[in-house]
Amino acid sequence: MRIVFASGKGGTGKTILATNLASVLADQDHAVTYLDCDVEAPNGHIFLKPVIASREPVAILVPEVDEVRCTRCGRCGDFCPSHAIVCLGNAVLTFPELCHGCGGCALVCPEKAIRETPRTIGEVARGASGSIRFVEGRLQIGQPMSPPIIRAVKRHLPRTGIAILDAPPGTACPMVETVRDADIVLLVTEPTVFGLHDLTLAVEAVRKVGVPFAVALNRVGSGGDGVQRYCAHANIPVLLQVPEDRRIAEVYSRGDLVAQHIPGFDGRMTDLFARLRAAVRS
Amino acid sequence: MKELVVLSGKGGTGKTSLVAAFAALAERKVLADCDVDAADLHLILRPKILRVEAFEGRRRARIVADRCTACGVCAEYCRSGAIACHPSGNEAVAKTYRVDPLACEGCGVCGLVCPSRAVEFGSGRDGGWYLSETRHGPMVHARLDPGGENSGKLVTLVRKRARELAEERHLDLLVVDGSPGIGCPVIASVAGTDLILGVAEPTLSSQHDLGRLAGLAAHFRIRMVVCLNRADLNPEIASTVERWCRARGIRVVGRIPYDPVFDRAQMQRKSVVEVGDGPAARALRDVWQATLAALETPE
Repeated sequence: MRIVFASGKGGTGKTILATNLASVLADQDHAVTYLDCDVEAPNGHIFLKPVIASREPVAILVPEVDEVRCTRCGRCGDFCPSHAIVCLGNAVLTFPELCHGCGGCALVCPEKAIRETPRTIGEVARGASGSIRFVEGRLQIGQPMSPPIIRAVKRHLPRTGIAILDAPPGTACPMVETVRDADIVLLVTEPTVFGLHDLTLAVEAVRKVGVPFAVALNRVGSGGDGVQRYCAHANIPVLLQVPEDRRIAEVYSRGDLVAQHIPGFDGRMTDLFARLRAAVRS
Repeated sequence: MKELVVLSGKGGTGKTSLVAAFAALAERKVLADCDVDAADLHLILRPKILRVEAFEGRRRARIVADRCTACGVCAEYCRSGAIACHPSGNEAVAKTYRVDPLACEGCGVCGLVCPSRAVEFGSGRDGGWYLSETRHGPMVHARLDPGGENSGKLVTLVRKRARELAEERHLDLLVVDGSPGIGCPVIASVAGTDLILGVAEPTLSSQHDLGRLAGLAAHFRIRMVVCLNRADLNPEIASTVERWCRARGIRVVGRIPYDPVFDRAQMQRKSVVEVGDGPAARALRDVWQATLAALETPE
């Protein structure tokens, strides 16, 4: 079962819920894999404190031009939609940081003068936190493209057991890449004006992808009841409500698991899992 | 003209609440919301939209089913994993291939390799951008359609229009609300800017992500200052973050206390400095003054 924690707005509690659910389910002898797909700002490791066993670079293929073979015909530059390769008079310039790695330039080159070489843009770390299998993607600082790293993380999705994916905030391509092929997406939000607005955008995004979804409402009591009314109106199940509680924020601040410090939180996670499972079955 | 961009690495640390307060405090400026896939500044500033323009992110491939022979070469070459076999075929073959428009990056490789010329390209609308007037001055903002592509291109467009607007109206400051993270839209919002204000909170997560943001600022050689929001949530980590900043020559421009006034102001669709003059509002004024000073005096 693949459960994705996503949200339109950042900082609504995706990682708190994802890591606590992973920990509580692992304590109940479930086979759990936690996959941090928030590759620009991966924070799951802070709470799960995994022992990392391996780190593999993630690379995309970028062009390298053989200046001798190249006849400066310019077809590579005409093809490249990212302007990552340009033919200017007597020179061919490449801009690897703009390259999306599609491989089109090498395909169009009539002289076979373009060779593709790997360029590292991030890494995938793997390890374990107790019985939890841990996978984390990390975009290299200065690199713009997170989807290839997310795809690399998702290559480690387990065939069996429970996979918990922590998505990046927002509703653009990194979020879409993470929620694709989920069994259920839990959209985490808060009852503020921003929380509600960004929830409606996230709902639009997951509907386009066509995956089942539900809502988790964090910090209940900090805003109005707009999110509950929206969910009731749009017929979206709210599977979890966590009250506004400064103690939760304090436990979170020091990198601890809420379920280990605040009584009753583990029960909330157990209930959440039962509801997620029921939602997936229906 | 000077340009300030407000960023955080980690989401939800208070970027938009700060920018809304700056909108009320700053003079002679243009506002730009570059958090294009989850834009919220307009919810507080309630702009009157003067102009709407469509945004075309990138073209997308489409396989014409009647011409597809299901050879699968396109799927083999597609590095975005956007092409998959589809069970319904045409008159000649039992199955065909289809492009997932949400995954397609529009590179064109499938069109290049298809032996049956079955791939067509259409330009897709990925959102829109707006030129607006607010109670605190002009604003340029945008909406990337959920699931939309190429947020970096839209960010660049918003900043360009905001700069043009500032020049037209002889305004000398551009205040930009940025995205969380350090990827494509953030890189597009920092290129060539004058100053980054990093909004952090005293949590290990925020500290970690601020470190990555500082790395990005250094990578692009952009000056950064930092303020701490909800600073009293964990005074110990707050001090650690401040020490960390100082050791790297990053000025700390203030501490803002944990205060429910942020939620209250948002419910009233106002910025914190517009609903009262409590400790949070006073701290925000100090942060603004210190940020402005950093913007005006190069180190």
